Amino acid sequence: MTLVETLTHARKATPQRQPLRLPFLSREVLLPYLLPALLLLVWQIGSVSGWISDRIMPSPGAVLLALWETASSGALANDIAVSGARAIAGLLVGGSIGFLLGLANGVSRLSEQLTDTTLQMLRTVPHLALIPLVILWFGIGEEAKLFLTSLGVLFPIYLNTYHGVRNVDRDLLEMGRIYGMSGWTLFRKIIFPGALPSIFVGLRYGLGIMWLTLIVSESIAASSGIGHMANNAREFMMTDVVVLALLIYAALGKLADVLARALERHALAWNPVYQR
Amino acid sequence: MVAAPYQHPLAFVAAPESHRDAAGRNLETPPGAVALRLRKVDKRFGDNRVLRGIDLDLEAGQFLAIVGKSGCGKSTLLRLLTGLDQPTEGRVEFLDAQGRPAAGNARIVFQEPRLLPWFDVADNVAVGLGPGTLKAEARSRAQEALADVQLAEKAREWPSRLSGGQRQRVALARALVSRPGLLALDEPLGALDALTRITMQTLLGRVRRELGATAVLVTHDVAEAVHLADRVIVLEDGRIKLDLAVPQTHPRRHGDPDLARIEGSILASILGGD
Repeated sequence: MTLVETLTHARKATPQRQPLRLPFLSREVLLPYLLPALLLLVWQIGSVSGWISDRIMPSPGAVLLALWETASSGALANDIAVSGARAIAGLLVGGSIGFLLGLANGVSRLSEQLTDTTLQMLRTVPHLALIPLVILWFGIGEEAKLFLTSLGVLFPIYLNTYHGVRNVDRDLLEMGRIYGMSGWTLFRKIIFPGALPSIFVGLRYGLGIMWLTLIVSESIAASSGIGHMANNAREFMMTDVVVLALLIYAALGKLADVLARALERHALAWNPVYQR
Repeated sequence: MVAAPYQHPLAFVAAPESHRDAAGRNLETPPGAVALRLRKVDKRFGDNRVLRGIDLDLEAGQFLAIVGKSGCGKSTLLRLLTGLDQPTEGRVEFLDAQGRPAAGNARIVFQEPRLLPWFDVADNVAVGLGPGTLKAEARSRAQEALADVQLAEKAREWPSRLSGGQRQRVALARALVSRPGLLALDEPLGALDALTRITMQTLLGRVRRELGATAVLVTHDVAEAVHLADRVIVLEDGRIKLDLAVPQTHPRRHGDPDLARIEGSILASILGGD
């Protein structure tokens, strides 16, 4: 054996202290869930030992059972579908309005002077304070929820799109103009990609507000959806279903964020922050 | 577009350059190179008179360097030469090889690379072709320009993965890809470290000669000006203080004593006061 072979052989023979590499069980994937799992454990122990009364807080087991019951009856899937559709509708309507206004005001001085002050004033009105008015205007149908959710999503996306467009690197814009870009080309090649990181911040923030607004509007006036499920359960003191609804909101919120982040990673692959 | 054949960085040592064909025409001057004519050019910003009565003639294919202290008006003059700015008074004219008025068709390399971080290297170079070039053609021409600056293998990289010198070479390829008649260089090597700067000077000189474009370089570095240019002007208080030909043949050697003498006299003029 030559020296090199010996060395290679030796390296193979000595077991390296490599961590177990299962794709879904790596430390990176598991670590964020350590704290929730620990909380669940404490909660379950507290419930079983009688330390936490199940009139105040049902045990995780009871919540799991509620999940099983609502899921097997089909009611849960229906409620999630209804809430999900409302959320998406609100995101699309409010998000597109906020996005277009943000673009317009970022690009055009005139448009900014015309609308920015108004938008800033509207933004500071807590949109949930509009609920009495909204019920008067739209009744308790879908329109009211769509209105409120859209309003909630609109402002974070507007602000961040506007901010992103205004902060596109001046040097790059000058370069683009010198190299013959204008109008649509300038927008497509420089302004939009330059504003995109900020737009994603707005999107992720808007998603959070979207769920928040939807929960509130569903628990005030609705005949279906997760918010309705929780509100209904409250009236019958079914704490397990109330907690289940909360957990589902948490899961949906997380899911939305995961999707947004995946989209972000894909769209911003050029950004060193997203490169490995 | 004809791709410039790959040349070893030291190939010029063995091959003396011939600038004239059998008929005696100057091969260095491509049909697209523009000549410049400035007459009594003034530029004011408010009360601040940055340029005062500049008269300047620049032949097609000539390499001009503008040096001077900060605030002497050299960047302003470059912006006028490239048509980015209009003079307050006087005329800036672009002429083709036959002396007829021509489009400026200038391309600029800035001090910073100004690459679009969301485009890969080849797409960044393709920006230099201007809008309206078909994607496939743009990529293949970009690839050729990248080969000229010896970065062919980086075509698919993100700019953020490149070193400072490589980014500036991409910026140079972007300026060259459309075969411009006028190349404007606004302290293009100013942000690079000393060694990278010397390699870049050699590269810049070579690609510029292959392209044959008229070039105007603004720089703080007198040695760089003397190394690259056929002619150096010193600007002071908005006037041309010194206009000096650098007749030595290209490519030039760093540390050549004749060049060092020219450099010395230019420095004396900049620093010497009168």
